[in-house]
Amino acid sequence: MEIHKTSWPMRILVFVLFIYLLAPVILVFPLSFSGDQVLRFPPTFWSTRWYSALFANNQMLKAFWTSLSLAAIVTVLSIVIAVPAAWVMTRLRFAGRDLLFNLFTAPLLLPTIVLGLAILIVFASFGLLATMQGLVFAHLVVTLPYALRVLAVSLSTQDKACEEAARTLGAKPLTVFFRITVPMLVPGIVAAAALCFLVSFDEVVITLFLTGPRISTLPVELYNYVYNQADPLVAAASALLILLTLGVIMIVERAMGLGKAFVK
Amino acid sequence: MSAVSASAPPRQWRDGELAILLLLPIALINAIGFILPVLNLARYSFNRSRIGGGIETVFTWENWAGLLSDRFYLELVFNSVWISLAITLTTLIASYPIALYLHRASGAWRTFLTVLVISPLLTSAVVRTYGWIAILIDDGPVVSAIKAVGLPAPSLMFNIKGVFIGLTEILMPYMILALMAGFGRLDPRVEEAARTLGATPARTFTKVILPLTLPGIALGCLLCFVLAVSSFITPKLMGGGRVFLLATEIYDQAIVTLNWPLASTLSMLVLIVFGAALWAYSVVLRRLD
Repeated sequence: MEIHKTSWPMRILVFVLFIYLLAPVILVFPLSFSGDQVLRFPPTFWSTRWYSALFANNQMLKAFWTSLSLAAIVTVLSIVIAVPAAWVMTRLRFAGRDLLFNLFTAPLLLPTIVLGLAILIVFASFGLLATMQGLVFAHLVVTLPYALRVLAVSLSTQDKACEEAARTLGAKPLTVFFRITVPMLVPGIVAAAALCFLVSFDEVVITLFLTGPRISTLPVELYNYVYNQADPLVAAASALLILLTLGVIMIVERAMGLGKAFVK
Repeated sequence: MSAVSASAPPRQWRDGELAILLLLPIALINAIGFILPVLNLARYSFNRSRIGGGIETVFTWENWAGLLSDRFYLELVFNSVWISLAITLTTLIASYPIALYLHRASGAWRTFLTVLVISPLLTSAVVRTYGWIAILIDDGPVVSAIKAVGLPAPSLMFNIKGVFIGLTEILMPYMILALMAGFGRLDPRVEEAARTLGATPARTFTKVILPLTLPGIALGCLLCFVLAVSSFITPKLMGGGRVFLLATEIYDQAIVTLNWPLASTLSMLVLIVFGAALWAYSVVLRRLD
């Protein structure tokens, strides 16, 4: 198939565009080893001083632990809430099912800046601003649609023959659910959990409305830091964040293949 | 029958009851965290803000009338829309070759490149914007390279140019994925047929490839436009307080000025722009069918 060979100009163009796409992500790695006092690329000399500065920055460390525990709580709650919901959506037939599914995934359609403001106003009257409970709740609003969608796709492509066989052999519905449905759903659960974790860990716009001096997350702290000054400290934090993301992606890749989890 | 069934038979859940029970948690979170706040936001756009941050619960069209008669806000809306449209167009131009290349690639190479496209998507917008600041800052690599060639040094940071360059890159993964999802109709054999029948590559592209990929283009443009209008982190960090867009103004009104009614009205305006974009998309799709 001679025609289908990609021409050289096209390959070069694609290569250049890929560089453009990946430049800001790749750049933070060399930049994080800068020895300069200010943001300068390429750095005049190399050092690990910004990593030391990062680990000596109590505010950043505290925000990191807040983000980590927040993302962990949100991920567990998302799975616990979304698995039964996805099961109902794919296994039971009832009036208004599609309508409900659209309603439950609708928060994804709303711009985060609007959703953030909307939640801020309501939370202000509930006294939930700058509290862990408030952050968990607000993050669940955004992570649940992802979890529900990924799990519903997994469940609807799952072979129902095993469930039916177990039921015919006399297993109770709960036994079927925990012994057959859930174990077969593990790849989907891993993908949904990874997605929820990353969404919660990276969420910045909604969180920006809900945090304060008392409690703050790492992305919000990084945002505030970059807003006030730009030095290589954020590059060190960014490099570590990207490595963490890569780690989570590799877990998903092992569990079910990244392509399947996001493209299909 | 065993002795167990002598007592009350195990209660059989009907599908409807089971559905309500299992959907209760997600429904509560949806109602309290999404429906209530959004309805409340719409209501707030009719409230009155007192000087000093207080809010008067009334029903007034003042915010709406004020917005529509104030030159600053009219320009803000106009600027946001046209800048978002322009960013959408450059994102499309930068993403199309990658999507086409990925569509034709196969096997491990395709998987690897797809991961490369998705990975920026999973990286925080703050991190990527910071990367762009490092690249575009005065005396940064790009400005130095332009100076080395002998051209006058451009100022790429803290103005709309930087926001433009950064946002285009940040939106590219969304565009590429949307385009690829819509490229399903592009059968390589159709292209081959066009070429064997004597069409030049340019003609094959305009007469065969482009028309077949229009649904993907429409979807990607809708997605990127919507994301561009509501983008906040990049304009805020790269604009240096000199780039005013709808999303940054909402944040400033909500957090700095504490004028929640006005911020709510601006948010409603964003939703109206969204509605208009969705409507335009549905019109385009109907034309294509």
